[in-house]
Amino acid sequence: MTEYDKIEQDKKKWENSISLKKERKQTFRNLSEIEMNRLYTPNDIKDLNYALDLGFPGQYPFTRGSYPNMYRGQLWTMRQFAGFGTADQTNKRYKFLIDHGNTGLSVAFSLHTIYGIEATDPRALGEIGKEGVAIDSLKDMETLFDGIDLSKISTSMTINGPASILLALYIVTAEKQGHTPEQLRGTIQNDILKEYIAQKSWIFPPDPSMRIIVDTIEYCTKHVPQWYTISISGYHIREAGSTAVQELAFTLADGFAYVEAALERGLDIDDFAPRLSFFFNSHNNFFEEICKYRAARRIWARHMKNRYGAKKPESMRLRFHTQTAGVSLAAQEPENNIARVTIQALASVLGGTQSLHTNSFDEALCLPTENAVKIALRTQQIIAHESGVTDTVDPLAGSYYIEWLTNKMEEEAENYFQRIEDLGGVVPAIKANFFQKEIANASYKYQQEIENRERTIVAVNQFEQREPCSVPLLKIDEEVAKEQIKKVNKLKEERDNNKVKEKLEQLKEAARGTENLMPFIIDAVREYTTIGEIINALKEVFGTYHEDSIF
Amino acid sequence: MNEERKIKVLVCKPGLDGHDRGAKVLARALRDAGMEVIYTGIHQTPDDVVNTVIQEDPDAVMLSMLSGSHNALCPLIMEKLKEHGIDDVLVAVGGIIPDEDKPFLEKHGLKGFQGPGTDLKTIVEFVKNNLKR
Repeated sequence: MTEYDKIEQDKKKWENSISLKKERKQTFRNLSEIEMNRLYTPNDIKDLNYALDLGFPGQYPFTRGSYPNMYRGQLWTMRQFAGFGTADQTNKRYKFLIDHGNTGLSVAFSLHTIYGIEATDPRALGEIGKEGVAIDSLKDMETLFDGIDLSKISTSMTINGPASILLALYIVTAEKQGHTPEQLRGTIQNDILKEYIAQKSWIFPPDPSMRIIVDTIEYCTKHVPQWYTISISGYHIREAGSTAVQELAFTLADGFAYVEAALERGLDIDDFAPRLSFFFNSHNNFFEEICKYRAARRIWARHMKNRYGAKKPESMRLRFHTQTAGVSLAAQEPENNIARVTIQALASVLGGTQSLHTNSFDEALCLPTENAVKIALRTQQIIAHESGVTDTVDPLAGSYYIEWLTNKMEEEAENYFQRIEDLGGVVPAIKANFFQKEIANASYKYQQEIENRERTIVAVNQFEQREPCSVPLLKIDEEVAKEQIKKVNKLKEERDNNKVKEKLEQLKEAARGTENLMPFIIDAVREYTTIGEIINALKEVFGTYHEDSIF
Repeated sequence: MNEERKIKVLVCKPGLDGHDRGAKVLARALRDAGMEVIYTGIHQTPDDVVNTVIQEDPDAVMLSMLSGSHNALCPLIMEKLKEHGIDDVLVAVGGIIPDEDKPFLEKHGLKGFQGPGTDLKTIVEFVKNNLKR
């Protein structure tokens, strides 16, 4: 009898001999609907090969961590996503965050900026500065980073449709501060595929969008070498209602699509792949989230090496930012969200995140107040400095359950890759509404489970008290919009409008051809051309996207 | 109203916000409750909403808003409906609507204000009980 047979036999004996209490549920399932066993033993991971499946941190296949000594060497970047109102207001919030120990900036943009719609456009009505900072031109960008040394801090910009334009604005703002593009560190989200799939801030149709993204990859590879060119994002896929497995699979599939597009341009994988990064969600099921991150690293490494022929380990190393799940925050008894965020943040740290945004407890109700933001940042600092979880690398490795679930998530993600490939790849699958339908089904199911009390959300569907909410809310002054419109109009009086026109014509000409658009966009923003004007010019060439309204 | 006829509901997302999870879940719940549901999709301007109401003649319009543009856009939608003589349609807004904004929106004839954590059943009942025809 082998050792495994013996364990199996003993396990059966154990299950028969002990008197199990009647279990609370018929089946125990995580948020990906994976059924959990009562107990895991070495038998559940008997095929696990340490060298091939786990290895050492910082080495292929990176399951145990992206870097050799992880948080013993350097803690994750505590990067709180922030932006609201005018550039001036947000600049003050950044300085507040930096003073309190924030080690990287993360810009939330106003919806009109996200869509490349100028503040003066009627479609911007009611949206300016509400969900993020209002940026229309280089003028606003100069104000946003006033007094912040862009050669010292790293900046993440959550921007997709107009990502190339915001990158150009950042480069020119830094140039005015006296810094070269080589010195700049940061990220543009620049992940348009998940916009079609989940977040919906698309502008152009998929094909020209992919071209612009490859333009940014190509440009940064040559001129902004420390910049992360795409933050391939599962966050929004999850927020839109996907399961953890879907988040994992769809995000990595998007990543493969970008790799393939860049290879098609003729770029060398080892030149651009080290500058791709990822962005995941951290939801409520603690171990499921940890295993999702571990599986993500291993899948990425394997595909980069075996499928795309990467040679450099950096090309195979998946690095990621995490944000705790906004969608998990409750409006009922909002202070409870502090506990939720702590658990989610801890999962991302045990999963080996490189940077982290912890949500503020009041975000189911409004943009966060200063006090709520401070508590969220303190949560990270307590995990980092008081909990001791940072003292050893990948402390959960070897757990029968953790390794079993990591394997299981990889296996289920591979199944999805096959289904996507059968549809012809990511873009054809988007056009066939494959992802959109999968997500809509998952989110409806989740909602039904909550309503049927199959899943408990404390103080929402169980233990409710229904006390009126008493937390203070942040209110965005309607004056912000008026001020922004005034600023844009004034700018148009002051700048050289002939130059602007000339640069826009040159950009359109380039867009009709195959040249890299980045130098043209940089030339245009330098003349204070607005983001809206650049987007409108490109729309003339590329057209706009329309989605099917399925539900 | 005639019990035989299905209640017809228009689910809309006005403004630029793309967070359509709630709108889609609600659309499906209303459909599962036996209603006829039209989902407009995202990025609806007030004119888009009103034009769809004219074309589809729904009994109820459910606006899902999460980005804070409700005070600017909802009254506009109500005014434009009035201009077209439409006054027998239930218009409700839900999503992230702070309590202090409710009186202002109510004054403009809006109802609902269902926020995060609301049961779908509650919204289905709300629609049934607040129809104007």
